[in-house]
Amino acid sequence: MSPSQKQEGLVDSLWKFLASVKLTIVLLITLACASIFGTLIPQNASPAEYIQAFGPILYRIFWVLDIFDMYHSWWFQFLILMLAINIVVCSFDRLSATWQIIFAKNPKFNPERFQRLSNKQEFNETGSAQTLSQVYSPIIAKYFRYQTVTNSGKGTYLFAERGRWTRLGVYVVHLSVVILLIGGLIGSIFGFEGFVNIAEGESAQTIRLRNVNQVRELDFVIRCDDFDVSFYETGTPKEFRSKLTIIEGGQEALTKDIIVNDPLRYKGISIYQASYGSLAPDRMTLKFTSNASGMAYEIPAKVGGTIDIPEAGGQFTVTEFQPQAVFRGTNLGETIVGRLQPKGDTSPADIMLPVRFPSFDKMRKGDWVISVGNIEPRYYTGLQIAKDPGVWVVYTGFTLMIVGFVITFFLSHQRICVAILPNDTGSSVTVAGMATKNKLGMENRIRKITAKLSVARV
Amino acid sequence: MSSSQILSLVTFIYGLAAFLYLVAWIFRQDLPGKLATWVALTGAAANTAGLILRWVESYKLGIGHAPLSNLYESLIFFAWTIACFYLVIERIYKNRTIGAFSMPLAFLAIAYASLSPNISDRIQPLLPALKSNWLIAHVITCFIGYAAFAIAFGVSIMYLFKQRASGDQLQFLQRLPEIRVLDELTHQLVMFGFLFLSVGIITGAVWANSAWGRYWGWDPKETWSLITWFIYATLLHARLMRGWQGKRIAFLSITGFMAVLFTYFGVNLLPGLHSYGAMG
Repeated sequence: MSPSQKQEGLVDSLWKFLASVKLTIVLLITLACASIFGTLIPQNASPAEYIQAFGPILYRIFWVLDIFDMYHSWWFQFLILMLAINIVVCSFDRLSATWQIIFAKNPKFNPERFQRLSNKQEFNETGSAQTLSQVYSPIIAKYFRYQTVTNSGKGTYLFAERGRWTRLGVYVVHLSVVILLIGGLIGSIFGFEGFVNIAEGESAQTIRLRNVNQVRELDFVIRCDDFDVSFYETGTPKEFRSKLTIIEGGQEALTKDIIVNDPLRYKGISIYQASYGSLAPDRMTLKFTSNASGMAYEIPAKVGGTIDIPEAGGQFTVTEFQPQAVFRGTNLGETIVGRLQPKGDTSPADIMLPVRFPSFDKMRKGDWVISVGNIEPRYYTGLQIAKDPGVWVVYTGFTLMIVGFVITFFLSHQRICVAILPNDTGSSVTVAGMATKNKLGMENRIRKITAKLSVARV
Repeated sequence: MSSSQILSLVTFIYGLAAFLYLVAWIFRQDLPGKLATWVALTGAAANTAGLILRWVESYKLGIGHAPLSNLYESLIFFAWTIACFYLVIERIYKNRTIGAFSMPLAFLAIAYASLSPNISDRIQPLLPALKSNWLIAHVITCFIGYAAFAIAFGVSIMYLFKQRASGDQLQFLQRLPEIRVLDELTHQLVMFGFLFLSVGIITGAVWANSAWGRYWGWDPKETWSLITWFIYATLLHARLMRGWQGKRIAFLSITGFMAVLFTYFGVNLLPGLHSYGAMG
């Protein structure tokens, strides 16, 4: 054997190996078993959590095998790659044979092959082969689009078939899997996935990427103009909604309300409503009641802002919001802390305004009693930000897969042969059929057709 | 009558149907079999009514949504799909022994929903993430697939019974369909289930993409549905190879259904990151 022959033999057997259904089975079972691990062991947790759960030795082994992010590990990706190669090689291997069957101009049929089938029915008829074939032909044509009649020394054969193209169904499915994988690859190379929390009224341009400790700068700024959350009577959230504005190059490009399941899309990047949380409020109304005039004034204020007290009563600056303020050992709860500068030369005083106790400030015995009228709850919106240019490829794969399955599973290439052979009393008629799928269904069909043929008269 | 009451009643109707199918099969009687069909039809009709009523009730509560949103509702729907699916098969194959292996599954599903103390039959409002038209498409396709796999599981068990006893010809096994019919039926059901499982996974992926911006995230439920998909894909390819017919296919079909059950119930037992501390 020459070296080149040897090499050919090697290539040949490698091709056979990669095209084999056995390899498919092994890969599918391996993928199924391997996938279980990643569902038992939480993925992408912190090393500390893993060491605590598994101990250092097991941790080390799992770490080497990439078990903690196993669906993206080299070996898992290798298995998927092998499956893809298997699908492609196997499909090419069989396609040429299938192609010849499907696109043959004059499909050959072998009457003996039909005679050997177990799926056949026989009956005797008085007419000659010639007349019978003329009677049967239109009946067969109702079921099968393509039909030929041949005469041989032995008798007349009616051959008919339909659904030749359905043999392509399985290739459509295989192609769809490859397209899905390509779509996934495009997404993982050119896409990203991250999240950002933005407080109401604020903006962000930098997001944190998921599962990797990295940040990413977007080409535009996202501003959260408003956030609202509503609740059911049971207290579970009903809907959360963010009003977002996209600002690019200093220009407002787009404003949209987003809710869960209804994202904002801008230049290939999608922004999803993912979560929310509450923040310390920074806007409120303060109520100033004058001891001198008895008048009460409600004035909007914000943390860090200074307001003029009416009747030239001086100034008040809101210093901060404390969720749990303590006064002489007593928890006052939510409290506004501020600095009061009365009119005249009096030195400023730091005062506390607990939300729950509007009369608290009376104890100070000043010219004004200040209380908190209303605090606006303040939220941040949790946004998920993703770019995946492979999505449409994946969706194409999805569509092809469904179409391919319907063809592969429910349509079949059906062939029928009616052999009319002369005998002592007239003719013996044999109806035999085969199908690529649903063999029992084909048996029923053959029985039905036979019944029709046996009662047909000129 | 409230939907919960009707559905509790359906539990007993399905139980009775399952019992009658078993009696008809084991004691080789035709009358209980005919009765079983009528009882099963009544059960399916009442089940349908219960589902519709529950839908109406949710609108009366002001939180209207299709009754497909929690474990209770999905189990009720699962029982409904198994029962309907089976009745269609009974009509096509004209053999009631399949009922002895299918209706008990419908009964178990709805009994679990109605009788388990851990499963609330209260109509709950939808969480924001579930408010999507994809919910209905996703749940319906998944459960049609699951029902097909459930019946394929029953038929595979019948196959194993029949195949083992082919020598001594136990009388009550004679009533089971021919062995090659069982094999073919398993294959047909798995193909049907595989199509719907695939569509279920696809609709879930499209939904996930519209809600979270990713169509696949390897979370345990997704991964287990993929494992199930791999197992049934193995079955469908294994039939192409010599020697992988009948018994091995039956075993694969049974394994596949175990994976379905795990995808459905078992995933909740798995450690998510939140229950992680409890592992060690």
